[in-house]
Amino acid sequence: MSDLLFHLFALLVVACALGVVFNKNAVASALCFLLSLVGVAGLFVLLDAFLLAVLLVLVYAGAVVALFLFIIMLLDMQGGDRKRFTKSTILSSTVAAGLLVTGLVSFATHGLVETADPATVKIVGSSLRAYAEQLFTVYLLPVQIVGFLLLIAMLGVIVLSKKFEGLEDVK
Amino acid sequence: MSPLPLATLSGSFAVTLNAYLYLAAVLFAVGFFGVLLRKNTLVIYMCLELMLVASTVALVAFSRYNGVLDGDVFVFFILTVAAAEVAVGLAIIVALFRRRQTVQVEELNALKN
Repeated sequence: MSDLLFHLFALLVVACALGVVFNKNAVASALCFLLSLVGVAGLFVLLDAFLLAVLLVLVYAGAVVALFLFIIMLLDMQGGDRKRFTKSTILSSTVAAGLLVTGLVSFATHGLVETADPATVKIVGSSLRAYAEQLFTVYLLPVQIVGFLLLIAMLGVIVLSKKFEGLEDVK
Repeated sequence: MSPLPLATLSGSFAVTLNAYLYLAAVLFAVGFFGVLLRKNTLVIYMCLELMLVASTVALVAFSRYNGVLDGDVFVFFILTVAAAEVAVGLAIIVALFRRRQTVQVEELNALKN
C-alpha cells in the first residue's frame, strides 16, 4: 500500500518539478511548484514526519508560493521567456545535467547505503513532544539564532522595498 | 504513547532508504537543470527552492531510517531559513525590476567588462 503511495508521490514530485523547469509561463511554473510541494508533503507523511508535512504545506505551499505568485503577477512579465535559448546555454546545461546523472549512476552502483528494515526502527519523528524536547533543550541556541535571523530578514525586506527620498539611483 | 493511528500506515513497507535518496538526487538534478536553463529570475529562484526541498527529503528519510530526530529538527530549521530567504530574495528581485524594468538574466549584465 505505502509502496504504491511512494511511487505515486515520487512520480508527482518529479513530473511537477519538470513542469516547473519547462513551462513557458511563470504562473504555471509556480503552480507546478505548488503541486510538487504537495507531493513532498505526502512523502513526509509516508516517512512518519507529520509535523514537517504540515509545516511544509503551511510555510512553502501557503506562504512561499503565494509570495511567488504575488510577485509574478505584480511584475507582469508577458508570459516568461521571450528569446530562444542559445546553443551554448542548451549545451552547457545538458552537460551539467549529464554530469549529475553520472553522479547518480555512480551512487547507484557504488554508494548504496545499508539500512535496517524501517519496521524495526523506532519511529521518533511522529510525536510533537519529541520535537519540543529537542528544540528547547539541545537546539535552544539555534532556535534563538533563527529568531534573530527572521527579525533581520524582516528589517532587510523593509529596507529593500522602501523608497528613500533624496538618494540618487545608480543607473 | 502512540501519537496517531496513521503511524501504522508504514508498518510494512518495502521502500528502501535508497529509493528516497534516488528521488532526492533526481529532484536536486531537475532543480539544478532549471537553474542553468531558465532565464527568468523568478523561475530560477523557484528551481533553487526545489533543490532545497530535495535536500530536505534526503534528511527526513535518513532521520526516519536511523531512528533519530536530528534530521527532522534540521529540516525544521531549513524551512525557517528558506522562508526568510524567499522574502529577502523576492524583495531584491522587485527592487531590481523597479530599477531595470526587467528580470531576464541576459539583460542584467551591468557588471560585464
